[in-house]
Amino acid sequence: MSDAVHSSGHSAPLPASLTKLGKFWDLNEHDHPEGHSTMLGFWIYLMSDCLIFAMLFAAFGVLGGNYAAGPGPRELFELPLVAVNTSMLLFSSITYGFAMLAMQRGSVSQTQMWLLVTAVFGAAFLSIELYEFSNLIHEGATPQRSAFLSAFFTLVGTHGLHVTFGLIWLFTLVVQVSRKGLIQANKRRLMCLSLFWHFLDVVWIGVFTFVYLMGMLR
Amino acid sequence: MTAVPLPATAPPPWSPLLGRISLEQLPFLHEPIVAVTFVGVILGGIALVGALTYFRLWGYLWKEWFTSVDHKKIGVMYMILGLVMFMRGFADALMMRLQQAMAFNGSDGYLNAHHYDQVFTAHGVIMIFFAAMPFVTGLMNYVVPLQIGARDVSFPFLNNFSFWMTTGGAVLVMASLFLGEFAQTGWLAFPPLSGLAYSPGVGVDYYIWSLQVAGVGTTLSGINLIATIIKMRAPGMTLMRMPVFTWTALCTNVLIVASFPVLTAVLVLLSLDRYVGTNFFTNDFGGSPMMYVNLIWIWGHPEVYILILPIFGVFSEVTSTFSGKRLFGYTSMVYATVVITILSYVVWLHHFFTMGSGASVNSFFGITTMVISIPTGAKLFNWLFTMYRGRIRFDLPMMWTVAFMLTFTIGGMTGVLLAVPPADFVLHNSLFLIAHFHNVIIGGVVFGTFAAINYWWPKAFGFKLNQFWGKVSFWCWVPGFWLAFTPLYIMGLMGVTRRTRVFDDPSLQPYFIVALLGAVLIAAGIGAMVVQYGVSIWKREELKDESGDPWNGRTLEWATSSPPPAYNFAFTPIVHDLDAWEDMKRAGVGRPLDGYRPIHMPSNTGAGVILAGISTALGFALIWHIWWMAGASFVALLVSAIAHTFNYKRDYHIPAEDVAAVEAQRTAQLERLAQNQGAAA
Repeated sequence: MSDAVHSSGHSAPLPASLTKLGKFWDLNEHDHPEGHSTMLGFWIYLMSDCLIFAMLFAAFGVLGGNYAAGPGPRELFELPLVAVNTSMLLFSSITYGFAMLAMQRGSVSQTQMWLLVTAVFGAAFLSIELYEFSNLIHEGATPQRSAFLSAFFTLVGTHGLHVTFGLIWLFTLVVQVSRKGLIQANKRRLMCLSLFWHFLDVVWIGVFTFVYLMGMLR
Repeated sequence: MTAVPLPATAPPPWSPLLGRISLEQLPFLHEPIVAVTFVGVILGGIALVGALTYFRLWGYLWKEWFTSVDHKKIGVMYMILGLVMFMRGFADALMMRLQQAMAFNGSDGYLNAHHYDQVFTAHGVIMIFFAAMPFVTGLMNYVVPLQIGARDVSFPFLNNFSFWMTTGGAVLVMASLFLGEFAQTGWLAFPPLSGLAYSPGVGVDYYIWSLQVAGVGTTLSGINLIATIIKMRAPGMTLMRMPVFTWTALCTNVLIVASFPVLTAVLVLLSLDRYVGTNFFTNDFGGSPMMYVNLIWIWGHPEVYILILPIFGVFSEVTSTFSGKRLFGYTSMVYATVVITILSYVVWLHHFFTMGSGASVNSFFGITTMVISIPTGAKLFNWLFTMYRGRIRFDLPMMWTVAFMLTFTIGGMTGVLLAVPPADFVLHNSLFLIAHFHNVIIGGVVFGTFAAINYWWPKAFGFKLNQFWGKVSFWCWVPGFWLAFTPLYIMGLMGVTRRTRVFDDPSLQPYFIVALLGAVLIAAGIGAMVVQYGVSIWKREELKDESGDPWNGRTLEWATSSPPPAYNFAFTPIVHDLDAWEDMKRAGVGRPLDGYRPIHMPSNTGAGVILAGISTALGFALIWHIWWMAGASFVALLVSAIAHTFNYKRDYHIPAEDVAAVEAQRTAQLERLAQNQGAAA
């Protein structure tokens, strides 16, 4: 075996053995481009996160009708408010799209501007959600009141927490873009946040349909 | 609304500074057994810290190991963590065996109920999460990048962070031994028993937060290894040219990513019930404890395949190598692995047939469970046919493999018995079940880990393990296992239930005494294993392997030196066949000896240790309701995570001259070896 390893010799290898070497070893290798697996890895992470939401949806599906003689969706939900809230998040997705277009053009200031606009919509979404929550709690519809409300607050609240972390991430990126410009690493990060932000949008569509719209039909 | 039942014990008092910590919460002050353990651990800890300080090893450990992003070092650290926690879990097992052998004829044994319930819970949690999981993660970490001809994993920093999160979880479990208590609920902590009403203490909180902290690490490491296997294979290595171990690692990591979030979510819901007072799993206000059982088993069943699939991969590599043949039925092996991966999601309900889901639901899950034995059976036949007419060498890895094939098959068959719902109604929660799953987990995962350690040890450290002590360990372990668990099968069939502390029927005592003897034999096996490691390290010069390929291996990890250089391969191998290294050897091709280039590598970082340390502190604060500390650690976690993202310099190049120097040493080593072999011939 060690003979085989040594068959090529170490002084001036013959052309034949060189071709053989070249067949089995990459003699002209290049670095893996930086962050070459990041998008795949981030997608897989998003799918795992999606599974967390799936569990929360499932819990809501099982417990959503258990009002425990407390208030149900029809008494609690204000669809117009939720519709406004939904539009805030949808707008924020569009403006994030504009930020990505600006990034593609290579414009630092426009990228930052659209990111901040996105943050404003995101913050508006969160504020309306918190307003809704505080109203509910004021009316006595607390997470402790019934399994339905436990599942409702947890599902919607987990989404809200995700948006909050998205905002923190967004501000971090605004700072990093202003420091380093639109370098490859920052572009990759913006791409990841973009995936994250649109993912939260998709999840919210599920929440809006499954929790609010279908809740009103219960 | 029904009244909430009175709690079993009153919740502990609380102070703003220390949360629920008080002198009452130090069990070693009033439990002699814990006191002795505590003194032992403190003395051992002082000795260890003293020795590390005396030999000035802290800097070395920090620079070369703790902050390392090298997948090989992280893999070794996972294995060490697994072995340490395995000892702890085994100590729990011995305690249970002793208790059950004693507690007859009016004797209460030596463990009170509070302590005994913690012991069986901790045993299960530790063995699954902190022994078996680190073993398989460690093996995958070490072997996969080498097998696919890569220099590291896709996200090396994340890998280091994952390891420290797993360690953080283990630290929390260990802390529960001396500060407070562990859960007394069984290893899956079913509510309402694990709810606030019946478990007001810190035990379940320890359970929750140790699993949450470790679970983050496991999920991230799953994502990491999937990306690595998909993106970083050597040129020419198509999916159907991947070594079987890498295939099983891929499937396992898919299972991890697709099941651990479920565990995370269900534990979050349980924590909300306990911390916020929500009603997911309570008996009142519309909660559903049965939903918890469903959700946790949706994670729990894939989990057992997460453990066994990579071990199937180990056995495939070992069987093929030690039979000197290509694996029989590679393609069917891959398909069997994928089929098991998918089926493992549609069998979870067989863990609770008795819950009352109805005949048709039970039948569906009974049948899917039986179906899963088909691909597993195919695997066994593949191994047998690989051995058939092979030139089998019965080195230690192969011995463990044969022991596995015999043991695991019987465990699999008792599993199919349990899959029949009417039979399960009789055997549910009996010692028969305990014997069954130990039969497959010890006979599968544990034996497989030992096969893997004996197989890859020379790769990791450059010398083989001592055969004699390995065989002593083997011959204690295998009969010890059967001695310990056959009585459990018999008693289970007679209807003896699990988790029982004292027994009324004196005719059962002989069975428990035999089981205890089995456990003692296993203890001897573990002792021999420790001696084996010690003797091998002591005599490492005699056991040295310079070839890098001590077993005449077939896959790429054997194509480099032992231990491999930091960059694994000076040049990336190109793959033309399934057994790539065997192919190279057949073609008689050597290593390139010049033309080295700088190699692009990730830099070490302390960020993983810091972030995981803060997460552990956060978990600790939440367990003890120390809210100021929880808030502070949360903010610290956020700030350090963001600060870490401001570090853009995460890689460097190993200069070509350094590569050339390392490779020249390797060349000299191989020349020396060739001369010695020539002289011997």
